[in-house]
Amino acid sequence: MPIRVAIVSPEREVWSGDADMVIARTTEGEIGVLPRHVPLLGVLVQGGEVRIKIGNETLTVAVDGGFLSVTDQGVSILAEHATLSTPTT
Amino acid sequence: MAGQLREYRRRIRSVQSTKKITRAMELIAASRIVKAKARVAASRPYADEITRVISAVASQTTVRHPLTTEHPEARRAAVLVITSDRGLAGGYNANVLRRTGELLELLRAEGKEPVLYAVGRKAVTYYRFRGRELAGEFTGFSEQPGYDNAKEVADALIARFVESSEAAGVDEIHLVFTEYVNTLTQRPVAHRILPLVLEKTTEPPPGGPLPQYEFEPSAEGVLDALLPRYVESRLYASLLESAASESAARQRAMKSATDNAGELIKTYTRRANAARQDAITQEISEIVGGANALAQAS
Repeated sequence: MPIRVAIVSPEREVWSGDADMVIARTTEGEIGVLPRHVPLLGVLVQGGEVRIKIGNETLTVAVDGGFLSVTDQGVSILAEHATLSTPTT
Repeated sequence: MAGQLREYRRRIRSVQSTKKITRAMELIAASRIVKAKARVAASRPYADEITRVISAVASQTTVRHPLTTEHPEARRAAVLVITSDRGLAGGYNANVLRRTGELLELLRAEGKEPVLYAVGRKAVTYYRFRGRELAGEFTGFSEQPGYDNAKEVADALIARFVESSEAAGVDEIHLVFTEYVNTLTQRPVAHRILPLVLEKTTEPPPGGPLPQYEFEPSAEGVLDALLPRYVESRLYASLLESAASESAARQRAMKSATDNAGELIKTYTRRANAARQDAITQEISEIVGGANALAQAS
């Protein structure tokens, strides 16, 4: 069961799609979000990165601050600046 | 007679070049509306999400946060006016400034001292000419605002808001901008953005019930980080709406200017034709008169 992930910055939606796992770094530490995670709202650290695992692929997104919001509908990452890096296998 | 004809021709040429300019401005404004609307649409996911998150946090915590707590005796209220940098946009700026005037009256009647912040050169010159002190002015981005511009303005406002009200801090922040309804209608509106107005309703919020969040690090910590972002996002949305309205107002103004120029050219062409015909008639009657005089003399 994949989770819906959306990465949005104020000026546009940077990326959205289905993923198996989302790893982000909040002010409390690294967190991995799997499907059916309890609703969570976390503050991301400045200059961190978010890794999105889709199958064997990992998509890395550089985010500068922002929030991680996990609901039963999916994961959204709200960042002031977010840049997609090329996917690595 | 020939002098009058030359004068008309000169005027036609001048109106024609004005018409070219207004026509070009009309087309540019029209394409800017499309762009601005696309940017409003692109900014919507973020704005919706942040609004949703903030209502979830605010509705399930009992945290007394300065940004959500209403000041019992508000003394000063910041008013941010969003206008354009350039004119030639019909009643666009006049409408926003009039709405602002009403809001200032209202605030004074409530015993609050308004503190003015201006976005756009038009508001800056308007208030400077009237000798009003501006607490902050931001210019140069009214037609194509970026998120960084919104952030700059929001930072200044939040800094003033967080200050204690005994010093120079403000207790409320109001925003006056132009809402883009459609190409024909733009409405100047005034909203209070801080403190947040928390509405208690029994209706389910749009997009399903709000999730029961866990917070990391804590509800206060999240709210601290979230509220400035919310204000920035609201401001950004208002700047974008205003930009779209500005372009729409300019397009309409330039369209009627182009139409008027067309009318003027038509009128002057008629007059020039009449003047030319007059000149010809006069010449003929002079020749005929001269020939008659010669015939009588011989």
